[in-house]
Amino acid sequence: MAEVAAPASTFDRDRVLALLQDYGVYAAIVVLFVIDTALQSSFASLANLRVQLFQAVPIVLVALGMALVIGTAGIDLSVGAVIALTSAVIPLYLGYGVWLAIVMSLVGGAISGLIGGSLVAFLKVQPIIATLALMIGLRGLAVIMNGATAKPVDDPTLNALGIDSWLGLPEMAWIAAGLVVVVAFVIRRTTVGRQLVAVGDNAAASSLAGLPVRRILLMVYVLSGVFSAFAGVLLVGHGAYADPANYGLNYELSAITAVVVGGTPLSGGRIRVVGTVAGALFMQLITATLIQHNVRASYEQMVEAAIIVAAVYAARGRSGR
Amino acid sequence: MTTPTSAAGNVLELVGVSKQFPGVRALESVDFGVRPGEVHALVGENGAGKSTLIKVATGVYTADSGQVRYQDSPVSFASPLEAQHAGISTIYQEVNLVPLMSAARNLYLGREPRRFGLIDVAKMRADARRALKRYGIDINVSRPLRSLGLGVQQMVAIARAVDIDARVVIMDEPTSSLEQREAETLFRVIAQLRESGIGIVYVSHRLDELYRICDRVTVMRDGKVVHVGDMADVDRLKLVSLMLGRDASEVRRSGATAFGDTRSTPSGSDTPVLHASGLTARHQLEDVSFAVRPGEVMGLGGLLGAGRSETAKAVVGALHTDSGSVEIEGKRIRRNSPAAAIKAGAVMLPEDRKLEGIVPNLSVRENIVLAALPRISRGGLVTRAKQDEIVSYFMKRLNIKASSPEQKVSELSGGNQQKVLLARWLCLNPKVLLLDEPTRGIDVGAKAEVQSVIDELAGNGLGVVLISSELEELIEGSDRIVVLRDGAIVDELKGDDVSEDKLMDALAAAPSTDGAEGAEGSIDG
Repeated sequence: MAEVAAPASTFDRDRVLALLQDYGVYAAIVVLFVIDTALQSSFASLANLRVQLFQAVPIVLVALGMALVIGTAGIDLSVGAVIALTSAVIPLYLGYGVWLAIVMSLVGGAISGLIGGSLVAFLKVQPIIATLALMIGLRGLAVIMNGATAKPVDDPTLNALGIDSWLGLPEMAWIAAGLVVVVAFVIRRTTVGRQLVAVGDNAAASSLAGLPVRRILLMVYVLSGVFSAFAGVLLVGHGAYADPANYGLNYELSAITAVVVGGTPLSGGRIRVVGTVAGALFMQLITATLIQHNVRASYEQMVEAAIIVAAVYAARGRSGR
Repeated sequence: MTTPTSAAGNVLELVGVSKQFPGVRALESVDFGVRPGEVHALVGENGAGKSTLIKVATGVYTADSGQVRYQDSPVSFASPLEAQHAGISTIYQEVNLVPLMSAARNLYLGREPRRFGLIDVAKMRADARRALKRYGIDINVSRPLRSLGLGVQQMVAIARAVDIDARVVIMDEPTSSLEQREAETLFRVIAQLRESGIGIVYVSHRLDELYRICDRVTVMRDGKVVHVGDMADVDRLKLVSLMLGRDASEVRRSGATAFGDTRSTPSGSDTPVLHASGLTARHQLEDVSFAVRPGEVMGLGGLLGAGRSETAKAVVGALHTDSGSVEIEGKRIRRNSPAAAIKAGAVMLPEDRKLEGIVPNLSVRENIVLAALPRISRGGLVTRAKQDEIVSYFMKRLNIKASSPEQKVSELSGGNQQKVLLARWLCLNPKVLLLDEPTRGIDVGAKAEVQSVIDELAGNGLGVVLISSELEELIEGSDRIVVLRDGAIVDELKGDDVSEDKLMDALAAAPSTDGAEGAEGSIDG
């Protein structure tokens, strides 16, 4: 950052804010990581990184779907509830085989996305309302399906998916990395990815240009649902419990934060995939840092709030040009 | 080149003002002055420096050098608000008032008459009614501003400015979204302002208006003032040539618009390339039928709200129709959607460039290929080489000025944005092109370029439907004009009848009844 800001003789606020929005999160990760390691050298150990990744990967996945939705100028509040739904679906189908249970979870996420997407695309319900309804309804449904108490989930495949590592890093992190590459490729290099961004930037113009606006809206909500469901599968495997009443709580907020901190504007028309991943990792790093220094959770929430405000401010400054 | 303006009795003047932006010299030692009680036209192509000049005068920007003088003393406003308090009001095209508040509230926003510490609503309304009546506007002042016509909104903005004791009123393209009748009211108000000794700076692209209401004119080009003088001393041709920096004789040869005066009458087959029949949409269109042959430019005439845009939208599937059909080269478009129309070969350049045209944060390249993307992709993958080929071809052909194809389209001037949109459609090789106000709000040079492209396209056998509220453009550009009123066709002008007189007759013979145009109808003219 310094090398870019230095040559400018006059302080150019807009450019600084734009740079901050685009790359601030990477710089922040490095800074925080260096501080943490300096204070406690074991922070940089592979074991600790692995622990952090186990925490971060589900949020990365949810945020990935969220970034697509936000790219179309929408929002998906139902992601946490989809995780809850997943944790209710898995015990239901586990008796028929673990793979069927996983597939049914993903199907559940897809159906949820289909409902939310249809409300948005066809009935023109505002995304925040459509997915708020789902957020409330799905968690209720999940608790009804499962009962109020958590159930142990004891399946070797599922648990392995949740806790095993490969080449020193969690398996789930490798899977997530693969998905990130795929999503980034789709956004940048495919027709549908470019159309998605165009729809988010100007839906009316896109529609007039013959773009399948409704199909694209439907697609992003379905993808968000499927990504969330997959995150739910990993969480159930990792925790070896299915707890629809508590799983996925506040995930929608964490995911939105990750997306925004990563430099994707809430107004749509721009998606930063790698930035979103960095945003999720950064928020995890904050949590880890505060926990490490025995800071109470309430303070942690306040710190998160401050970061969100800062990120949104950087985004605002830019669009205000 | 310019006359020194010191002590010329100017109420507001700029002396030797320069303003530089990174890489651009927006104003170069500019002198400008407006006297009390005159309407001073400020003209020039886009990028000539008009808006920078206004912004320096009203405190949006600070001049790098030179002086702004107001009522004989140097000033340096920190913000437009400060300028407004001092008596310099700017009326923008988009009215910057509070749309949800009533007209009366807007008039007295921040200085409401009070009684017992509360807003005295009755007095405020009475005052507002009186203030607006002075300009011949009789409306229900309790209605929210946004429910009133654009013209009325603008009038409220002006009334507010004058009421705050403005000495200078700057109007930036005030008539660009007004209907003729609303514009007339505006002109009357301007005349009143002038009589009461207010200096008016009037920015407009419309020559008719300039000659009608302006006393003096300042012409700018490339950040410099190239002419200052009485409006009456400079004829149209001279004015255009000053703005363009082109020779007057050259302008004369090509006419006032860039349309050729004779286009060989549409040749070839008589089979229409576009055939619309019985287009009907509730409250908007009533049994609209017409046909366009290849190589023909069919104009759509009518007043605001007559259904011209709706007709174009219905053809390309952007407006839901209750009945009627559209055939392209004899083949009926099955589904009522833009995608289906595009596939069949009918495309529309929308009226509102910002709202329905450009995708602001995408690059020039992506905006051009937006609609063509599926066609030039393989297996859903975007192929860059093909894109670059199309983009470079059209950037050259339409003379699109951008720093590179990767520049954000929102950073381009209006004229270049319009050309980008034209490229978006032309790269689809359409059979029918519907143009809704293709030259609105773009500078003279780009306008001429767009007009000659339209001519050329028709020459190549494209069927063109042209909508323009500029009579000159409509008449010189069209082979035939279909006149609409209240969503139905009321007249058709062919051959020699395509003239200003006949069109005016047709429009005049179609007196707007009340109903659809309630808000505008309330201007008491």
